[in-house]
Amino acid sequence: AEVEETFKRILSHKGVIGAIIVSYDGIPIRSSFAENDVTVQYCALIQQLAQKAKSAVRDLDPGNDLTFLRIRSKKNEIMVAPSPDYLLLVVQEPNDQP
Amino acid sequence: MEIQYVYTKKRAEFGRQCIFSDRPAELLVDIAPNPDALKEFVERDPVDRGVQVVQEMSEHDVNTERFETDSHGLNHAEGGWPKDVNAQEVEQVIRFRKKVEKDEMYISTVQTLGGQMEHCIKQNNAIDIYQDYFSDVEIQASEEPPSAKTINVFKDPYKDRGVAHISWYPDGPTKLAIAYCNTDFQRAPKDTSTESYVWDVINPNSPEMTLKPVSPLVCLEYNPKDAHILVGGCYNGQVAYWDCRKGSQPIETSEVSTGHRDPVWKVIWNQSKTGTECFSVSTDGQVLWWDIRKFAEPIEKLYLDATKKQDASQAQGAYVLEYEPTIPTKFMAGSEQGAIFSCNRKGKTDADKIVAVYPGHIGPVYALQRNPQFPKIFMSVGDWTTRIWSEDIKENAIMWTKYHQSGLTDGCWSTVRPAVFFTSKTDGTLDVWDLLFKQNDPTLTVQVSDEPLQSLRLQEHGRLMACGSQGGVATIVELSEGFYAQNRNERNLVNTIFERETRREKILEARHREMKLKEKKGGGGDDEEEHGEEQGEDLMAKAEQDFFAAIENEKKLRERRKEERENAMREAESAGNEEEQGGEEERQNLERVEEGGEEEADNSPNEEQAAAAAAPAEEKGETEGNEKA
Repeated sequence: AEVEETFKRILSHKGVIGAIIVSYDGIPIRSSFAENDVTVQYCALIQQLAQKAKSAVRDLDPGNDLTFLRIRSKKNEIMVAPSPDYLLLVVQEPNDQP
Repeated sequence: MEIQYVYTKKRAEFGRQCIFSDRPAELLVDIAPNPDALKEFVERDPVDRGVQVVQEMSEHDVNTERFETDSHGLNHAEGGWPKDVNAQEVEQVIRFRKKVEKDEMYISTVQTLGGQMEHCIKQNNAIDIYQDYFSDVEIQASEEPPSAKTINVFKDPYKDRGVAHISWYPDGPTKLAIAYCNTDFQRAPKDTSTESYVWDVINPNSPEMTLKPVSPLVCLEYNPKDAHILVGGCYNGQVAYWDCRKGSQPIETSEVSTGHRDPVWKVIWNQSKTGTECFSVSTDGQVLWWDIRKFAEPIEKLYLDATKKQDASQAQGAYVLEYEPTIPTKFMAGSEQGAIFSCNRKGKTDADKIVAVYPGHIGPVYALQRNPQFPKIFMSVGDWTTRIWSEDIKENAIMWTKYHQSGLTDGCWSTVRPAVFFTSKTDGTLDVWDLLFKQNDPTLTVQVSDEPLQSLRLQEHGRLMACGSQGGVATIVELSEGFYAQNRNERNLVNTIFERETRREKILEARHREMKLKEKKGGGGDDEEEHGEEQGEDLMAKAEQDFFAAIENEKKLRERRKEERENAMREAESAGNEEEQGGEEERQNLERVEEGGEEEADNSPNEEQAAAAAAPAEEKGETEGNEKA
């Protein structure tokens, strides 16, 4: 219920293309993308990357932890919010407002 | 000969026991050697003798095992699902998902994460945090000091060889073809390798490809139209070409009889429809044109003969060739004696083929290149200076550098900025000159190597410079941004500089001609000498005064005339004592000086104007240069 609400609210923001909730072992729980392949691809790739980023931050400073991961590419931006068990992944197209 | 000894015994004594007694030796016969007998014999040399040792040989066959290759594809399947859930079964997947969603943790986690995420999304929507600031502001001339950095060093695996020539791969700065050769006259040890290499810029440990000519290569060029073809000139006068795809051996080599008789110092590809023509020059004085498809004989031949008669015995050997693909029929060659020949390949008569000969340098000309953006201006490197020439002015260079401490070995213009050129010296330094910044000294001097630098080559984009040293080490140097960033006003400024210098030379040429004409007109002997002398002195004094008093007017002229008359009187007095001439001569001289003074006064306003025009233009050019720097 609240989950639904949160999810819908995120999707309603300007420029957001899609969102995925991923479990810690890479299974997409909730996805807004229509095609399954896209979802699976995002899950697999981004989950690994987030894991690597988290371990990098922790290796550099054991007291530190990854709070947020942003990948800005030419066409869009992938934002990853990690937590111990799940991962929230949002793809947004940036607005080039001067 | 029979040896006889007669022995007698009485019959009655037969049967009697022998009684032996000693007696001294007696010479029975003495046979001396007879030298005449030797004549019947002939000495035998050699004597054939049979010997019984034979090398054992055996023959073997080897066959490797067959290596089998197989093409496979990989199929990625969806993973991560726990063991009891089959990813393909939609129902199971849905059931699993529903189960997870009921988990408490899940709900709270998603809510927190959602909050964080929204914050960032809103951030993105508010401002583009990755925006490029100042992207539309033009990059001014770089503020950082000019610098150059060595990026990579390629060492020749064999000793004793220097880098004779470097050629960059035409399709980008990824490969280099380097020709190695020991160019000291007959000083290369006998088993020096003849190989030259193509290096990949990223891998300085081992060359990408080896080229194996018959004799060491002195120059090597990529075909600008077909990046797989390379042509090279050998130390023994042959020319050969390779195809990178086909291996290390040359596809074809020219014949020794029809080619050059001295090392082929430079080979350049010609602009032709087939893209297979090239021409080469050597110290035997010939320029030969080749079609690589038929290397047996050159297509055309030209002798670099300054007397314009195509006389082979007068031909001067040349070290460098210059060719601009946009002017296909003309080319230039720099000779060993220092002259620069400008030639037209399509000249109808022999005299037409050599269009002009520039005086050049005191020693051999080592490099010759036209400015890529101002084709009428070219530079030449030789003896201890670099000279810049304009094609129209044939008597002297329009600009030159001072004499350096060490000899210059190679030079080239920058491909991007028309005011920048590079030179390499025998003390191992690379000089970068920027005419807009400083004209007396190089803008940057980089000590590239401890050994003399023999050759250099700028890559097309203008950023990377490859320098080759005498020890066989090729270094790639990256230049700082100031040297390859284009500047909008640069073309105009450089144009002004060159035009100003060209005009100055033209004026000097015109003056020379006038002086010569006047000398011829002056009549015979002593009068002419004195006249000439006074003319010379007047001209010098006037040149100085013109320079300082460009703005002054007629008053100065009158003062000058007075001075001349005084000088003339003094001269005439001393000259008169020496030459035993009377007062009449003095008066004649005075008259002539006055006439001369008037003539020059007529000429001088023109010269003054020209000098006046030149001086402010110079000042303007300098101030603009100072602003931009």
